[in-house]
Amino acid sequence: MNDMSFVERNVDTKNIKIAAKDVQVYYGDTHAIKDVNVNIEDKTVTAFIGPSGCGKSTFLRCLNRMNDTIDVCRVKGDILLDGEDIYDKKVDPVQLRAKVGMVFQKPNPFPKSIYDNVAYGPRIHGLAKNKAELDEIVEKSLRRGAIWDEVKDRLDAPGTGLSGGQQQRLCIARAVATEPEVLLMDEPCSALDPIATAQVEELIDELRERYSVIIVTHSMQQAARVSQKTAFFHLGNLVEFGETGQIFTNPEDPRTESYITGRIG
Amino acid sequence: MTEQHIASVFDRDLEAIQAHIMKMGGLVEAAIMEAARSLETRDEELAEKVRAGDKAIDKLEELINEETARLIALRSPTAGDLRLVLSVMRIASNLERIGDYAKNIAKRTGVLVQVQPVNDSAAALRRMAREVELMLKDALDAYIQRDTELATDVIERDHEVDQMYNALFREFLTFMMEDPRNITPCMHLHFIGKNIERMGDHVTSIAEQVVYLVTGDRPDEIRAKGDTTSVTALEH
Repeated sequence: MNDMSFVERNVDTKNIKIAAKDVQVYYGDTHAIKDVNVNIEDKTVTAFIGPSGCGKSTFLRCLNRMNDTIDVCRVKGDILLDGEDIYDKKVDPVQLRAKVGMVFQKPNPFPKSIYDNVAYGPRIHGLAKNKAELDEIVEKSLRRGAIWDEVKDRLDAPGTGLSGGQQQRLCIARAVATEPEVLLMDEPCSALDPIATAQVEELIDELRERYSVIIVTHSMQQAARVSQKTAFFHLGNLVEFGETGQIFTNPEDPRTESYITGRIG
Repeated sequence: MTEQHIASVFDRDLEAIQAHIMKMGGLVEAAIMEAARSLETRDEELAEKVRAGDKAIDKLEELINEETARLIALRSPTAGDLRLVLSVMRIASNLERIGDYAKNIAKRTGVLVQVQPVNDSAAALRRMAREVELMLKDALDAYIQRDTELATDVIERDHEVDQMYNALFREFLTFMMEDPRNITPCMHLHFIGKNIERMGDHVTSIAEQVVYLVTGDRPDEIRAKGDTTSVTALEH
């Protein structure tokens, strides 16, 4: 039976990329994330779903220490990237964010040329020895962002002059330019039209060959389309984590069922 | 699931297709009983009514297929809703097949009234049909109540129907060997018996859909095959 199932749903590896253990997040007195334990696999798209305010974005932001910038935010528990605690004092958050890239809800290209948008990360991290190498990284990244053909003749044009969908793919190209190992995406398609959404989803599936991708989405259909694993958050708890096909046909927890079928629960 | 959808029209659509299933089930139950009664009482008029009535059953299946396709396209059902839609489609297709078998019984009744009755086999067939009709009623009740225990009971009862068919099969063989003039009626009676046995299989499939709808799994145990006639040789 198994060899007849949908090939694209096969998870290529069982290697754990990120392990979260007993993670708690507080915003001041508010307990935003409660006891989250989850293993995120390598070369897999994992979707975080749940109603607004359930903690999915908060948890996502813990994975590259974006919450460090919020004064009242405290994170407890362990988050291990390849077995190493990312909240260890020795870890430089800037280096961490090169390994764990992020794409946001609204495309946010720098007010610079298309070329410089992508070259920025490799430059500050010293990934290129000379201009030729940098050119190569920029081209490779734009190709991985599935936008090369559309922009190759106008690399000096401002990134902000592209369409919304192109800007988002530029941001993805920028995120992959530093050769990250994990790509976090916080509602990457919510500002895009259906065609641009389909292009980004196709791109996510291609990125899965190299990276562990984690996507927060409000669109359950998008989670169903792009992910192999789905995590359902509710009121700060990780209610259910499992194979996407199983979550959408036969979830174990009644709260998951209520949410994905569009019921009040 | 008793909770309401946020989109109330989704609830109304799901209720509507389930109402169609129940209506279809009612028509099919009546068709089984009337076909069997027309056979026993040699009532050609009733047989004709069963044959004509099959159109309404077919129409309902078409309607259910159209509405489930629309529901899938427009609402993208998931989890329990998805299983409900899938089970409705399969149940409708099973009911439609049972309706066809009832129609076929009524057709053969039209021939059988022209010849001498063979023993009291028509009464035996009617008892068998009665058993299948009760199973169908319970399967549909189990569906509405989401009652896996009752559904499992229905699945197990199919074995009795298979036994009845085995017994009739041997009886018809004997009659045919005794007197070649029995061959025409016995062949028809045998097909009628086989039709009822197949109806039982479709009812079992409906009951299995109930288990799938509620649990998301197929029923565990693989059912013992009760119909042994396909491996029975004629003894001289």
